[in-house]
Amino acid sequence: MKVSMTVNGREVTGTVEPRTLLVDFVRNNLGLTGTNVGCDTSQCGACTVHMDGMAVKSCTVLAVQADGSTVTTIEGLASDGQLHPMQQAFWDAHGLQCGFCTPGMVMASVKLADGNPAITDAEVRHGLEGNFCRCTGYGNIVEAVKQGAAAMVGGES
Amino acid sequence: MTRYLGTSVKRVEDPRFLRGLGKYVANLTLPNMAYAAVKRSPLAHAKIRGIDTTRAKALDGVIAVFTGEDLLEGTGGFKCGSLPCGFQVPNLNMPPHNPLAVDKVRHVGDGIAVVVAESPYIAEDALDLIEVDLDPLPAVVDARGAMADGAPLVHDSAEQNLAFHWPLGDEEAVNEALSKSDHVVELEFINQRLIANAMEPRAAAAEWDPATESLTVWTTSQNPHTIRLLLGAFTLGIPEHKIRVISPDVGGGFGSKIFHYPEEVIVPFAARAVGRPVKWVATRSESYVTDAQGRDHVTKAKLGVNNDGTMTALHVTTWANMGAYLSTFGPLIPTALYITLFSGVYKTPVIFGEAYGTFTHTVPVDAYRGAGRPEASYLVETMVDLAARKLGMDPVELRRKNLIPTDAFPYQTPVALMYDSGNYQALFEKIEELSGYESLRKEQEAARAEGRLVGVGFASCIEASGPAPSAVAVGLGAAIGLFESGAIRVHPTGKVTVLTGSHSHGQGHETTFAQIVADQFGIDIADVDIVHGDTGRVQYGIGTYGSRSAAIGGSALVKSAEKIREKLKQIAAHQLEASVEDMVYDQDEGTISVAGSPDMVKTFAELAFASVLANNLPEGMEPGLEESSFYDPANFTFPASAHVAKVEIDPKTGEVDLQSYAAVDDVGNVINPMIVEGQILGGIVQGVGQALWENGIYDEDGQLLSGSMLSYAMPRADGFPSIALDRIETPSPHNPLGVKGAGEMGTIAATAAVSSAVLDALAPLGVRHLNMPLTAEKIHQAIAAAGNGGGE
Repeated sequence: MKVSMTVNGREVTGTVEPRTLLVDFVRNNLGLTGTNVGCDTSQCGACTVHMDGMAVKSCTVLAVQADGSTVTTIEGLASDGQLHPMQQAFWDAHGLQCGFCTPGMVMASVKLADGNPAITDAEVRHGLEGNFCRCTGYGNIVEAVKQGAAAMVGGES
Repeated sequence: MTRYLGTSVKRVEDPRFLRGLGKYVANLTLPNMAYAAVKRSPLAHAKIRGIDTTRAKALDGVIAVFTGEDLLEGTGGFKCGSLPCGFQVPNLNMPPHNPLAVDKVRHVGDGIAVVVAESPYIAEDALDLIEVDLDPLPAVVDARGAMADGAPLVHDSAEQNLAFHWPLGDEEAVNEALSKSDHVVELEFINQRLIANAMEPRAAAAEWDPATESLTVWTTSQNPHTIRLLLGAFTLGIPEHKIRVISPDVGGGFGSKIFHYPEEVIVPFAARAVGRPVKWVATRSESYVTDAQGRDHVTKAKLGVNNDGTMTALHVTTWANMGAYLSTFGPLIPTALYITLFSGVYKTPVIFGEAYGTFTHTVPVDAYRGAGRPEASYLVETMVDLAARKLGMDPVELRRKNLIPTDAFPYQTPVALMYDSGNYQALFEKIEELSGYESLRKEQEAARAEGRLVGVGFASCIEASGPAPSAVAVGLGAAIGLFESGAIRVHPTGKVTVLTGSHSHGQGHETTFAQIVADQFGIDIADVDIVHGDTGRVQYGIGTYGSRSAAIGGSALVKSAEKIREKLKQIAAHQLEASVEDMVYDQDEGTISVAGSPDMVKTFAELAFASVLANNLPEGMEPGLEESSFYDPANFTFPASAHVAKVEIDPKTGEVDLQSYAAVDDVGNVINPMIVEGQILGGIVQGVGQALWENGIYDEDGQLLSGSMLSYAMPRADGFPSIALDRIETPSPHNPLGVKGAGEMGTIAATAAVSSAVLDALAPLGVRHLNMPLTAEKIHQAIAAAGNGGGE
């Protein structure tokens, strides 16, 4: 089947089997390997991307379902060589260690923080329940999301 | 010039991870690549009566299918050998471990065949077309039950399923001391099986180059040189110098990526056989049934204590589950990394411990964060709490009474280890202050008066990190020395490439090691690049585990830097026409000058260039500026910690609310406080996971019941208070950085502290002990039983 979508601002098309997952299309067809796969049961959130303005787990979306949609992956978050405020906040607050959950964690956090510059610890902790991190113990991620949320005000989300 | 040691330099590796540019094995694509998938046993124990691969081979897009027999027979003189065990305790029974099963399968997930196909999807499809005729056999999953009469044998060659028996200490003296003690507290308990769950599933890829007859393997490993050694010497039979192993960015390991896995053999075999590069990436479901798992002990312990709180003796017998095969370091964990830690931070005069390592029809067990040491600290701390309760003494007071005094270091324990340094009294003072221990006890008293179940848990733990002096390691059974290698290459422009045998899988070595080297030379950290994880670039390496990288890998770099500084001094002296003894290396400025004549000066970059210009060097000096060192530590390092947890239990549901957590750790000198705190925080949360939720449960048929991220309960962001951290710094006297291990301390202490808090909360109900994980269900049942006059 033929699919077309806008990924990180670029029009792309591809031919896929109907069963192809969005994450496999992004990784294998487009070579955007920043979106990681950490599980096969939609538990871990490492594969989170934005699709038509929503944070979605791209292992749970078929490529054909994304036909015609607008997708942003971790590679599309920084602009003009500048890290997105949420990426910057994860760096500043030591919100990552091995980096594998990080793309999904950052993508989920951007949507979580959108429009909530004073997001609370409890909101962050509840909002990131669908994203596992095995390294950090989450504390610095919570701090990063709060910093990122405050820095996102007025900026692109 | 800033000195970097001791400062929280932001991690230099982070931008690539944040931009999605991490180089994980799964991201690798090579021209003409094919994809592998492994057919796995759905049964824990069965005879393989037949494997029919005809239909799978006929599927469009399938390139080849290989079975265990195919790997043993080989193609073109190229065949696979048994996976070896790298830690051979005395009288170890080491049955073969074929990369794919032959004749019998021995755990759910045991590999049976491998499919190589044009796409991962086709490879998966083909697995369903392989027909395996399995004759089910009875299974055994319990470490102690495996030794019972009539238990099914995992390997015919291992009677009673016994892999080894490892005793340490003077049992007679312990029994005598126990018989003379005012009290002996006894407990039988389980330290449950855990599953590492590094976020990056394992992966392997391989490419055979027929032109040079050489092999490149990419694998998610914490120690690529060790994998190359084992591939060359045991499993592939390709000469070691014809193998290059690359572990690029590794997405977490926690021990589970130390070991040599079957797929590291199967994938190169397949690549060579089909003449194309081949890649295999585990699904998470495969990770659950193939990644080596952790812990899984059954233990009986006796602690002697006198009326005044003095601990007199400890006697421990542990049955340690090894799983179906001996993993690379499996026998090390419940022996030399466990029993040797039974002294903890206490001066218990006599100790005896023994471990029976047994085979079961479960996934192999090996190191998982802490690896033996969390099991030891949980054991010691649980027994100390029981003793305090028996005597009606505050558990901190009892601990204080038994602490090794600060002036006793170096301290020889009764279980082989010589502690390098420590200040446990200072640790206690700081944790009592940080946690507000006294006021926590008052709050608890008030809460108890209202009938609420509030508990305060305390754990003070020791770790032996940075394994190990090679003579000691090999003496205990290691098949290889445990030093580390570090080379420094200074380029003509004064930029520096560092080649280290340590290998980060999240620890931030590209930052920490750059801090060390930049300070050694007085140069900018941006001028230092760290290379690791590639046997084709790094001279040699032992890898990263056991909290060893800073203490051993970092020290190797210091040694190389010292050699380079010495050479620079000689060049400077020659060119400034002064004597070498008068040369002063200013590590703040990165300059060498003549003592007393600061204008007679050369910069690091000038001297680096002079070394390759090579027209004005001291007579006999070789040009160039590159040094390599191998650092073998004189001892382990001995970090220590004291953690306090406060919990409240909902009596209606049994749910545990972790309300506050405070930790004081002593990991010696700290290179990067931000990174060290990150390690400790992450470790604490993993430790809490064991105490409250995580459990690798097998049913009696050997089926893993908690085999997904849905059923295996890992910590999530929710459910944690913010954690208060502080530290003291007692430098290790025997490495040049004065550092001790930091990667595992959090895990080692947190499990014990949180378990202690929960049991403290339940103590008024008469609950003496509950095995972890301390789930709501288990606690609810204990509360209900206590209400019926029961209790455990």
